[in-house]
Amino acid sequence: MTTIFRGLGALTASNSFDSKKLQLPSPRSFSERKASFLLVRSDGSVNLNLGSNSRARRAEQLITNAVATKADGSAASTASKPGHELLLFEALREGLEEEMDRDPTVCVMGEDVGHYGGSYKVTKGLATKYGDLRVLDTPIAENSFTGMGIGAAMTGLRPVVEGMNMGFLLLAFNQISNNCGMLHYTSGGQFKIPIVIRGPGGVGRQLGAEHSQRLESYFQSIPGIQMVACSTAYNAKGLMKAAIRSENPVILFEHVLLYNLKERIPDEEYICNLEEAEMVRPGEHVTILTYSRMRYHVMQAAKTLVNKGYDPEVIDIRSLKPFDLYTIGNSVKKTHRVLIVEECMRTGGIGASLTAAITENFHDYLDAPIVCLSSQDVPTPYAGTLEEWTVVQPAQIVTAVEQLCQ
Amino acid sequence: MVLGRAFEDMCAQMYYRGKMFGFVHLYNGQEAVSTGFIKLLKKEDYVVSTYRDHVHALSKGVPARAVMSELFGKTTGCCRGQGGSMHMFSKEHNLLGGFAFIGEGIPVATGAAFTSKYKREVLKEGDSEDVTLAFFGDGTCNNGQFFECLNLAALWKLPIVFVVENNLWAIGMSHLRATSDPEIWKKGPAFGMPGVHVDGMDVLKVREVAKAAIGRARRGEGPTLVECETYRFRGHSLADPDELRDPAEKAHYAARDPIISLKKYIIEKSLASEAELKVIEKKIDEVVEDAVEFANESPLPPRSQLLENVFADPKGFGIGPDGRYRCEDPKFTEGTAHV
Repeated sequence: MTTIFRGLGALTASNSFDSKKLQLPSPRSFSERKASFLLVRSDGSVNLNLGSNSRARRAEQLITNAVATKADGSAASTASKPGHELLLFEALREGLEEEMDRDPTVCVMGEDVGHYGGSYKVTKGLATKYGDLRVLDTPIAENSFTGMGIGAAMTGLRPVVEGMNMGFLLLAFNQISNNCGMLHYTSGGQFKIPIVIRGPGGVGRQLGAEHSQRLESYFQSIPGIQMVACSTAYNAKGLMKAAIRSENPVILFEHVLLYNLKERIPDEEYICNLEEAEMVRPGEHVTILTYSRMRYHVMQAAKTLVNKGYDPEVIDIRSLKPFDLYTIGNSVKKTHRVLIVEECMRTGGIGASLTAAITENFHDYLDAPIVCLSSQDVPTPYAGTLEEWTVVQPAQIVTAVEQLCQ
Repeated sequence: MVLGRAFEDMCAQMYYRGKMFGFVHLYNGQEAVSTGFIKLLKKEDYVVSTYRDHVHALSKGVPARAVMSELFGKTTGCCRGQGGSMHMFSKEHNLLGGFAFIGEGIPVATGAAFTSKYKREVLKEGDSEDVTLAFFGDGTCNNGQFFECLNLAALWKLPIVFVVENNLWAIGMSHLRATSDPEIWKKGPAFGMPGVHVDGMDVLKVREVAKAAIGRARRGEGPTLVECETYRFRGHSLADPDELRDPAEKAHYAARDPIISLKKYIIEKSLASEAELKVIEKKIDEVVEDAVEFANESPLPPRSQLLENVFADPKGFGIGPDGRYRCEDPKFTEGTAHV
């Protein structure tokens, strides 16, 4: 199953800035574009890119619109089924519902997940279908209901614990660190914790400092857990299903601004590999590593970069812990330049760890120091202008690539 | 109770001989609570404890050998030597730990009780609900997790009994100095469950209360809060000099030693003779000696054990630069792989 989905970088989405526009270039238009695409290489030579690596190239001649791509991935989702269109939060719900149908021990717990349907509607309708015990509305006691989820996981259930906002899970840090991460080890392997902890995080639209947190950087040191971040409706559903089926505790990071992304996903069942990164746009000049919402800022910057003659390779790392060093490594070996674009704070974020991991493993392949663009080490301000400046914007990404490729 | 006492005394000896290290918290004096409650349980019922968990493990049926080996850090311990004194777990006996931070086991116990209810109502398995017992001390009763779980358990009528082992001291902090209203049993009714106070030095009284509370839970009537007034004869841990407690207080409770009291009761009621009790004590001594011998002879964990058990699915260590999962690296099983 993994090989099918590795090459699938297809993303059909509208970014949060123009959600009404949905472009699906037809396959025919690609061959027209392919011939006219000029690549200015960093050594000054000019190539007519007829796709030496044609299979990978063909999919990604994204000149006119670097964000939306084609249904080339339909190679993997079989040609006969056209798939169905939905929003990211609906994809999460679909994944959750499919797993709840498949396995009666899968249950949901969290604040307002039941009757209210979830503060971001991910669990809408599920309580009516499965009952109040299986989709449990909890009181506001994160530490205790997360611990309760862990106890339930130890004794045979597969709970999905929702943090209404990821930031609230700071209150459950004791349970997540001590019990979730460590209990399998301290019990000598006797108890497994197949729990999924999920929720929306990241910087939204003027939600204020405390509702705009990136908890992936705080949790990354905890041994024994896996962390994944979804960014498209496709991988949201796939990762949700994979996380529920995993025997390990998995923290699934969603993003407040991505819930309304629309995409066409396959009708047939699929899961995404929890440990693998996603190739969004193959390229030659520079490797851009990103995840979650920053993927869209990167792709927007890629549009500009391509027009300026650059050929960035964009990888959505998806697995925040552990890192997929194979996909990342192959890319570094090809491009020799790395730019990390993340929403975490500068200090101690995922980017910091990724920089260390790449330096440690692929130092010889780098032609330039790794550049990491992160959010400012600042509590996210309420004012819109200030908020915009704390987070990495496409213009900064373009500048960074230009500097990196000099 | 005798096993518990003999075992704990042996632990102290072994600790001072350098066979075990770190924080070791002994249960001497509180045996009535463990025996009174846990001996009423079925094998499928769950027990969740704190760092003072050796005797809870023994009462629930974990072999003395496995517990002693765990304390020695040997690979034959109940947690393969990876848990230690404060993390006793047994899947076979449904002992869910063993927690180092106070209060963090209570939500886990609530989760186990939730699973019981779920199994009965959603999965439609079985008739009676498996009961969970959560043991913790007086210090924990000022912690948020305690109150949050009282609420959760009463709200959903979970089959759980909250057993407070009030030994009046949290290391050097007297319960009276730390608590605005020191009567813990009163906090049960505030959340909608019965709160009971019992003399924790008398195993028969504890057993009576336990029977009622466990029965309540098993019938689906919900949780109970039981406060057992008890006392630890030794310090908080083997590193505690125990200078703050008043010798008069210690003497008062020593006179109410649960084992001596029960012995007296048995002999007075002619339920057994002195000689028969001596036989039992001798047998216990043999069990404990055997446990020490077993632990001594057991091997230390090899390097290969280092990376096992971190994840239930070791794919969680991720994919290495060579494209293979790290756990497929032969060095992984040697414990020397780079992860």
